[in-house]
Amino acid sequence: MTTVTAINAEEGAGLYALAHLDALESEAVHIFREVAGEFERPVILFSGGKDSIVMLHLALKAFAPAAVPFSLLHVDTGHNFPEVIDYRDNTVARHGLRLHVASVQEFIDDGRLRERPDGTRNPLQTVPLLDAIDKNRFDAVFGGGRRDEEKARAKERVFSLRDEFGGWDPRRQRPELWQLYNGRHSPGEHVRVFPLSNWTELDVWQYIAREKIDLPQIYYAHEREVFRRSGMWLAPGEWGGPKDDETVERRMVRYRTVGDMSCTGAVESDAVTIEQVIDEIAASRLTERGATRADDKLSEAAMEDRKREGYF
Amino acid sequence: MTSNLTSEEQAAAAAVERSAATSQLRFATAGSVDDGKSTLVGRLLHDSKSVLADQLEAVEHASRSRGQEAPDLALLTDGLRAEREQGITIDVAYRYFATPKRRFILADTPGHVQYTRNMVTGASTAELAVVLVDARNGVVEQTRRHAAVAALLRVPHVVLAVNKMDLVDYAEPVFAAIAEEFTTYAASLGVPEITAIPISALAGDNVVTPSANMDWYGGPTVLEHLETVPVGTDPSQDPARFPVQFVIRPQTTEHPDYRGYAGQIASGVLRVGDAVTVLPSGRTSTITGIDALGAMVDVAWAPQSVTVTLADDLDISRGDLIAPSDHAPKTTQDVEATVCHLHDRPLRVGDRVLLKHTTRTMKAIIKDIPSRLTLADLSHHPAPGELAANDIGRVVLRTSEPLALDAYEDSRRTGSFLLIDPADGTTLTAGMAGDSFAASADGAEAARDDEGWDF
Repeated sequence: MTTVTAINAEEGAGLYALAHLDALESEAVHIFREVAGEFERPVILFSGGKDSIVMLHLALKAFAPAAVPFSLLHVDTGHNFPEVIDYRDNTVARHGLRLHVASVQEFIDDGRLRERPDGTRNPLQTVPLLDAIDKNRFDAVFGGGRRDEEKARAKERVFSLRDEFGGWDPRRQRPELWQLYNGRHSPGEHVRVFPLSNWTELDVWQYIAREKIDLPQIYYAHEREVFRRSGMWLAPGEWGGPKDDETVERRMVRYRTVGDMSCTGAVESDAVTIEQVIDEIAASRLTERGATRADDKLSEAAMEDRKREGYF
Repeated sequence: MTSNLTSEEQAAAAAVERSAATSQLRFATAGSVDDGKSTLVGRLLHDSKSVLADQLEAVEHASRSRGQEAPDLALLTDGLRAEREQGITIDVAYRYFATPKRRFILADTPGHVQYTRNMVTGASTAELAVVLVDARNGVVEQTRRHAAVAALLRVPHVVLAVNKMDLVDYAEPVFAAIAEEFTTYAASLGVPEITAIPISALAGDNVVTPSANMDWYGGPTVLEHLETVPVGTDPSQDPARFPVQFVIRPQTTEHPDYRGYAGQIASGVLRVGDAVTVLPSGRTSTITGIDALGAMVDVAWAPQSVTVTLADDLDISRGDLIAPSDHAPKTTQDVEATVCHLHDRPLRVGDRVLLKHTTRTMKAIIKDIPSRLTLADLSHHPAPGELAANDIGRVVLRTSEPLALDAYEDSRRTGSFLLIDPADGTTLTAGMAGDSFAASADGAEAARDDEGWDF
């Protein structure tokens, strides 16, 4: 149950103030409802990661007591954490949702994609994603991207138009004013929609705490076998680690973001409750991706280039 | 979560709750690269400890590779490769930072002359605008343009940041003269609240920490002002406006007859028991329930997203507006508005467009473009025939259906609209119904006496 949080009296806020989490929640719900009203075939990208879990939670709230009028899509790299896949399947079953899976492994097996020498599969997600959008004729695709994540994302719109190649041209993006979102598009084009645009990592965690949302256990501190590569703790697996010169050790770790096993690093942590996680994040001196995502370190312009190719 | 928490867990939960209950301020910056805007924004992020180690490391690395000695804080905010190559900012970028008192969403807009549309975009959701001037140059044509955009978009609070005070020996008379000139000008445009602050973004004076070099200035730093400026308006002063976004009809055995109208309250307060009118049909009913995302409440206010149920089974769909019967807006098919044209394709008399207002989209024709406004001196150029990108002008439209439109000065959310190209969906124009500027009221004078700078 939601309660609208009263703001501290010393804020001098009036009777009708809205705490920032309530403002962000109302804004995200407005975006979900806007898409429901303007598009034929929307889909939510759902990976079982915390941002997509929060998106689904907001979508459920936006249409209650009716069902969410969207299906879900997971682009499965084949290198996901088993805990996260279990969570994904349980969630889909519990809410009676429809899940589409686009599999990177299938694309590799039938030769449409080739494995990269470094073993990372995140950049390979673009092709199966665009294929699924095309095959299912999805016209709006919800992503959990936030503008605070990375410099190229700071310019992203809430409604982001993509051409028939899924491409993102920063100069072709439409100005977005007030709360008026323009979702019109030509056949073959689609719109990526980011309901969490204005949220920060801390907002997401505080909202998870406030709403008591269950997360996959790997977001909390647990003992796990890890090895060190490029300054990150990675989990061993069939994806290609550890190499001969890398040593596996057991450590208490948790994950701040959950993506492909090959490029998602764990941080050392003793935080076993959500409050402890929030305290650690609030005190952290590293941004979310800088600490844990190898793929964004590729180059200063890496994200910008991949967005142009149709990645998120 | 179990209910038998230890006291320590309860304290932790309370701390989370408290930290989650801060207010939020959306603000915009305007100023050119030469005024030091990127440095000011970088300084705000850096000195409020919102820049994290890896971001700073990247900036230090990039600064060193360009042969700069000190880290160039402007690099924190320059996003896209094209901009880095050209050394300019080509679009609105949104940045996020927080202090224990408040969290901030900053629309960082380029100040270059051809990017009026970007400032209009950034200012459209802002409750405060920071206009930057170079103390050596004072109020220039561009400053007047920025003030005019803030006034046009009805941004409630404007901050004049007089930057590079270090280059004028931190001299009070220089600041006082610029502040006086700007305040007089902005007040004449009807800007309700103006605060002038002398700063040096490069040296850090009065951005986050008070300046030791300007003890003649007794006012707040930029960040202190951002933390304390009143957020939001009092919704109880505005008539309620509830554009219906989506009709929720579960049609399940559990909810066979449920029909809820989902939307975000655009202005004012809704209460259970309110007598309401649905526009454009004019049918009336009473609010029987308000579902605030899972909590049944008696009262809700802008900008909450809610679902409303009514006593009568009316034919209501997306695009309708629910309003109090005693304060319903008039409907019209003839719209007069001030617009900012956003697209490289010009807007011409006779153009057939789509008009998007709240949750409705309808056809419209441009009947007339009576004048184009020159922002720098507010002169009107009569009958321009067309508006080019970044032009601001008056437009007369005829819509295909009646439209429940408020004046933009009364409601930014129900007084604004977009014009869209029906052929390819391009956003062409941003419109604000009613008069361009608030009249230069006595109220502006009175507000200045309260909010003046004491030095």
